[in-house]
Amino acid sequence: MEPILEISGLSKHYANGPIALDNVDLTIGKGEIFALLGPNGAGKTTLIGAVCGLVRPSSGTIRAFGLDLAHDWRRARARIGLVPQEMATDMFTKVIDAVSYSRGLFGLKRDPARIEEVLRSLTLWDKRDSQIRHLSGGMKRRVLIAKALAHDPELLFLDEPTAGVDVELRRDMWRQIGAMRQAGTTIILTTHYIEEAEEMADRVGVIDKGKLLLVEDKAKLMARMGRVEADVSLTAPLSEIPAALGHFPLHLSDDKLTLTYRGAGESAEAKAELAQMIAALVGAGIAFTSLDTHQSSLEDIFVDLVEQGK
Amino acid sequence: MSGLNLRGAYAIFSFELMRAFRTFFQSIFAPVMTTSLYFIVFGAAIGGRMSHVGGVAYGAFIIPGLLLLTLLGETTSNASFGIYMPRFTGTIYELLSAPVGVAETLLGFVGAAAVKSLILAAIILITASFFVDYHIAHPFLALGYIVLVAAAFALFGFALGVWADGFEKLGIVPMLILQPLTFLGGTFYSIQMLPEPWRSVALFNPIVYLVNGLRWTFTGQSDVNIWISFGLTVGFLVICASVIAWMFKTGWRLRS
Repeated sequence: MEPILEISGLSKHYANGPIALDNVDLTIGKGEIFALLGPNGAGKTTLIGAVCGLVRPSSGTIRAFGLDLAHDWRRARARIGLVPQEMATDMFTKVIDAVSYSRGLFGLKRDPARIEEVLRSLTLWDKRDSQIRHLSGGMKRRVLIAKALAHDPELLFLDEPTAGVDVELRRDMWRQIGAMRQAGTTIILTTHYIEEAEEMADRVGVIDKGKLLLVEDKAKLMARMGRVEADVSLTAPLSEIPAALGHFPLHLSDDKLTLTYRGAGESAEAKAELAQMIAALVGAGIAFTSLDTHQSSLEDIFVDLVEQGK
Repeated sequence: MSGLNLRGAYAIFSFELMRAFRTFFQSIFAPVMTTSLYFIVFGAAIGGRMSHVGGVAYGAFIIPGLLLLTLLGETTSNASFGIYMPRFTGTIYELLSAPVGVAETLLGFVGAAAVKSLILAAIILITASFFVDYHIAHPFLALGYIVLVAAAFALFGFALGVWADGFEKLGIVPMLILQPLTFLGGTFYSIQMLPEPWRSVALFNPIVYLVNGLRWTFTGQSDVNIWISFGLTVGFLVICASVIAWMFKTGWRLRS
């Protein structure tokens, strides 16, 4: 995959403060959606800020589109967009003026047709003459996205794009982010909603205390670290796990009434093994009243990783 | 894009001008109203008893000083608010992440503040014509000097807006430093009218040189050497521009 962003040895130390970024290396490929996950204060926003020019790195290099941001920042920044976490807009400005301003700021000619297209894609066209202060929270966030898209960035940072928006709007935003990717935009997003990363990301990175704990393809990560679990409620207590079931990863509860299966690896394989285990259970004449299965989510994996990091 | 982003500078410039017209009463009407009151009180009421200063009718004599009194305060406030508000509301993220540097930012913010000041100066001069008869001895030099002072104090205001970490600090400098110095800087009188030692003390007030510089372009008369006035204004402009360049280079109070 052709790299669009290459971060190498990036650190940020605040005077008399914590280390916000600790020797971060990260490469983002063109056209992918990359989700950066981490608890509050992990360094996600600092990392985005360092790329976008809001934070001065203490050390390290950042290259975007093959350009060194320390020297070719004008050319590089012209191709990068940022949707900030905070709802920072000039509240007294009309929507259309705010979006047109952003396009001009990034050095592009006025293009009313393109502005209309951006506003329509975010269902803001009907609100174009409204002052931003009169919009709902979700609409304000759309304005921030419209401002970031006004100069057609090739690399877009979305810092908590759906924070504080309702479920319906969140799903709507996911669709829009998907459409941006279809249009060829590379997207790096941070989010607290792990479900969001699970839904959209091609790759995920987990950061904590300024350190990048891992970067991996989402599907591979879930296959590698995910688990299929099943609780089998038995009709009668078992004294021990029968020999016929001994080769399955099973655990018998203290009250001897629940058998718990924990299958690791590819979920399809684990599910197949679970089916074999149930067949063996029936074959051994062990009766049960219920079966409760659970597949670990990206959120479970994320929590495990951060816990291990501590 | 590797050279100057002139479209970016123009976007800032037009956005800032739009902000001024959105706050028309605060930006334009209020200073005109205040200046009119000064003309009524000092020009008509007191001026009737003062008649002439150095051969110039008192009403005409105070025009350059009144013009500067308004210009210095308004230019400084406009420019400082222009950059402080994005810092306060967080919208500065867009400016910092855009392909604009110190040159584009200053062209935009300082240019807009200076243009607002020129519009204000024109309106004040038109307003003055309703109260007193006056004649501008060197109109082009007057215009040039007003542009120079507006640019210098717009830069000063911009630096102030970056330095301030609260609305109080933003107001302190125009209210507690600029305004008293302007009142004591020969706005309403010639420093030749002061007794010693106050006449000598007044020469340490830099605003005296600004007022007299502008007064010379209006009346051809000055209490001080006008080259000192010109040199001080240019020097002040250079110092402010250097401070702002340093702020951008280090990211002081702009980038974390």
